[in-house]
Amino acid sequence: MKLTKNFAAATMLAGVATAFSFLSAGTAQAQGALVMYCGVQEEWCRAMTTAFERETGIKVAMTRKSSGEIYAQVKAEAANPRADIWWGGTGDPHMQAAEEDLTVEYKSPKNEELQDWAVRQWEQAKHRTIGIYSGALGFGYNTELIKSKGVEPKCWADLLTPKLKDEVQMADPNSSGTAYTLLATIIQIMGEEKGFEYLKALHKNVNQYTKSGAAPAKAMALGETTVGIAFMHDIVTMVVDKAPIKVVAPCEGTGYEIGSMSIIKGAKNMDNAKKFYDWALTPAAQKLGAEAKSYQVPSNKSTPVPPEAPKLNEIKLINFDFAKYGSSEERKRLLSKWDNEVKNLPK
Amino acid sequence: MSRATLGWIVLGWIGYAVLPWYGFDSAVAPTLSEFVLGGSGLVLGMKGAWWLLPIFAPLLMLLRPVMRPEGRLADWLTASGILGLALILLQGFSIGLNGWTFGILKALFGEPGPHQAGMGYGAALTATSFLILLCHGLAARGWCRGDAFVTSSIGIVMALIVVFVFFPVSTILASAFGDDKGSFAPILFVMKFTDRSIWGLDCLSSDLRCGVAWNTLFLGVLVAFGTTALGLAFALIATRTSFRFKKLLRVMSVLPIITPPFVIGLALILLFGRSGALSAILYEWFGVPRSRWIYGLPGVFISQLLAFTPIAFLVLIGVVQGISPTLEEASQTLRAKSWTTFLTVTLPLMRPGLANAFLLGFVESLADFGNPLVLGGNYEVLSTKIFFAVVGAQQDQGRAAVLSIILLGFTLGAFWLQHAWLGKKVYTTVTGKGDAGIPLPLPRRVAVASYLAAIPWAIFTVVIYAIILIGGFVRSMGRDYTPTLDHFLTAFRVERADWGLYFSGSAWNSFFATVKVAALSAPLTAAIGLLTAYLLTRQRFSGQRAFEFGTLLSFAIPGTVVGVSYILAFNVPPIEITGTGFILVMCFVFRNMPVGVRSGIATLSQIDKSLDEASLTLGARSFTTMRRIVLPLLRPAIVASLVYSFVRAMTAVSAVIFLVTAEYNMATTYIVGRVEAGEFGLAIAYSTVLIIVMLLAIVAIQFAVGERRLGRRSATANAAPLAVQAAP
Repeated sequence: MKLTKNFAAATMLAGVATAFSFLSAGTAQAQGALVMYCGVQEEWCRAMTTAFERETGIKVAMTRKSSGEIYAQVKAEAANPRADIWWGGTGDPHMQAAEEDLTVEYKSPKNEELQDWAVRQWEQAKHRTIGIYSGALGFGYNTELIKSKGVEPKCWADLLTPKLKDEVQMADPNSSGTAYTLLATIIQIMGEEKGFEYLKALHKNVNQYTKSGAAPAKAMALGETTVGIAFMHDIVTMVVDKAPIKVVAPCEGTGYEIGSMSIIKGAKNMDNAKKFYDWALTPAAQKLGAEAKSYQVPSNKSTPVPPEAPKLNEIKLINFDFAKYGSSEERKRLLSKWDNEVKNLPK
Repeated sequence: MSRATLGWIVLGWIGYAVLPWYGFDSAVAPTLSEFVLGGSGLVLGMKGAWWLLPIFAPLLMLLRPVMRPEGRLADWLTASGILGLALILLQGFSIGLNGWTFGILKALFGEPGPHQAGMGYGAALTATSFLILLCHGLAARGWCRGDAFVTSSIGIVMALIVVFVFFPVSTILASAFGDDKGSFAPILFVMKFTDRSIWGLDCLSSDLRCGVAWNTLFLGVLVAFGTTALGLAFALIATRTSFRFKKLLRVMSVLPIITPPFVIGLALILLFGRSGALSAILYEWFGVPRSRWIYGLPGVFISQLLAFTPIAFLVLIGVVQGISPTLEEASQTLRAKSWTTFLTVTLPLMRPGLANAFLLGFVESLADFGNPLVLGGNYEVLSTKIFFAVVGAQQDQGRAAVLSIILLGFTLGAFWLQHAWLGKKVYTTVTGKGDAGIPLPLPRRVAVASYLAAIPWAIFTVVIYAIILIGGFVRSMGRDYTPTLDHFLTAFRVERADWGLYFSGSAWNSFFATVKVAALSAPLTAAIGLLTAYLLTRQRFSGQRAFEFGTLLSFAIPGTVVGVSYILAFNVPPIEITGTGFILVMCFVFRNMPVGVRSGIATLSQIDKSLDEASLTLGARSFTTMRRIVLPLLRPAIVASLVYSFVRAMTAVSAVIFLVTAEYNMATTYIVGRVEAGEFGLAIAYSTVLIIVMLLAIVAIQFAVGERRLGRRSATANAAPLAVQAAP
């Protein structure tokens, strides 16, 4: 009888041990490897991974997550970092990580080849993060649904018309970096007081504050909303997918995001991370974006801009103050103000 | 001394003197000999890792009862067990990756001090044997009637819960009381806790919104009632009627549980959304204006009802089956009408099942994240709020922790209420005595109500799944219905290369990892869950309630919080397992264990203890009793927990989002990525494949475990009395 008990316990132990040995085999920290957290679309991430592997022979272990998730993970792992490089995703979490000393300074020899906005990002972040692509904020409308409304919005101000009541969709800035960019953009265009007046007026037309920043683009494509506010390249992806949508660059000017790249502090494969960093800034690497159906504007001056991409030089871009609006204090203040003054308003 | 005790002493020595003490990193020890002997605790201790040497002492102490067995065995075992565990914990937690971990040690001995990596096989084995020897010692002192199997089981389950639930959860809940820099800030906590956006009641008096806590509570209660009622209807139809499509009904009721997240929500939008198929028909035929009613409470309610009814069904079917017809027959003999019998005998006997189904529905609704994300609209619930407090633009982990505490409070309340409602009544209906009765046909109105609830619901489920099925094969659901196989080819392309098959589709990687992790975690979950249920219902020990609550804890906490807490707890020594598949398995085991526990408890509380006692009187030990008597009677619960844990491991999102790595990517994170990118077709195609895999797995599990054969006759069987047995 004792034997059976012993046997049971031993089986349990053996089970756990087998599970261990099955699963513990590969934490990719071996030599000649690179652990990358990737913040853009799966396809683009994969294209980058295989291209870099082919070029250098360095094996890349890539994990794709949204940039907010990557930030949360990098922060949680700070005591014993797992990743080497964090590539892609909107700039705010990168700035936040730089502010919190989660990433390291690096000056790439490729810096001279970059657009001004990319370098400005690098300077503002005290050399801890750099721009790899950029995309402007805008809105779009479903061309079939808009017919019955009798309007054709061209500016931010046009979105306030009562004809579009309950027809505008945007994300909740508390959860989405896209919507926070909108909040900061409106404030920078109109000033804080007028900006909040605008958002309160817009609130009457908003049918839903979505959680994810790209959701309004999808809802437009499905016909669930007439107007959606999102990054223009996200809307373009829908247009390329043959959705009946027109993309609009607002006439008052608009803000933009800078997709960024940072090296994680305490990276186990620091040399490879730097190699990747330099490579990711070359035109050869940056043109992979358009091939993977992502239509952001690349940061290297000599990378060909995809023809579908919204032309940044034809869009009136505001002089976006990433340092101010990216700081956690200002963000917390604006978000709680938006929560109290706008979101809780009755329709 | 028993051979078991001796065996564990040997294992303890092996763990210390033979196996590598540290890390699962194969890079540390390149050759096999170094790996086996050179990395052991003993060798490292002599080479300078002095903090490992004290562990030698309790191991030596264990040799004394081996040499002189007539001595006080119990005392020696207990003492060395406690000492050994304490020493391992002490060195593990005070010496970290970068030196001393406690400020006071830094001050006393100077910085940075010694450093060490995470524990490995050796440390795990030695710690386990100390724990089990301690339990053997306690059994020898007379605990749990001297049954070493019971004490060891309690010890192991408790240790696992402490390590994989209490430890990580406490690390993150502690951050509720800190500010951004991590210093203690109770006032900030009170401010965050009493925030109006959480507790506001504005919706009662005006058209403003109510607090997110009330929203969550309201939705949870609604969903719990709905799922329990529907689950009961399905269970009654499946067990008590001669409905012709029972099998089909069963499959369909289980379908939603095996559906990856987002897919149900997506299908609902395609059906009821403003441009949805049904809305279009209603508009064109009846002039019903298109609206967005699906976004908000109605949508979340419907999708959660779809998703969680199967859980209620799985819990309830075992219970309904187990109800003895004898009692009902007695009631009828006493001239009660069938409706009165149902109301006063059958229904009260189902109370453990109803209570557990309700509790699970409520807790599931609270923790659900995918459905509110897709369909929530402006109706906010705690789980999404928590997720975006961690990963959203706010990046406020403290706030997430505060919200988690509220969520936990609700779960705790539900748990307490359930206990209060069940009270101390006895629900035993499966006894050793033969059941002569035939299950009563349902009273008319109950049958009609069940059919009315279940059949439209089943049809609704079919429609939803038809949409999902079609979605994988058309170019773009809701817009372009050109048939295509592109989605499947992108995800699951297989090419024939010279050296064999090459899986070039982009989904294969995550697919294999997911199946592997799910297949590993399911049996572990079921084993630990049912063992726990057995301990909770059949044994009496102090701290039982706390123990029971502990098993529920990780289930109640939203996945996001569990995910982050697992990183915080397991990314640094002593237990350094992030980045491995092991952490995924453990996460699933402890998140899904409660279902095993609950369905086990519900089923066990029906089985008469005298069956166990008879076995014990005949000389069987508790382990044998469990294997030969309890387990066969537990088959429905085994199936429920195996199925549930397998399926959950394949469909869970929020917890694993932080735990996946390049090597262990999960199917759901892949799907979420696709949904985020707007590639619904690909997401749905992948989901279809997952659904088929899970269906196969469920059939396999059913087949492997088998049906429970109670000595009950079905109403349709003819009158010849069958040999009555409690168990085959």
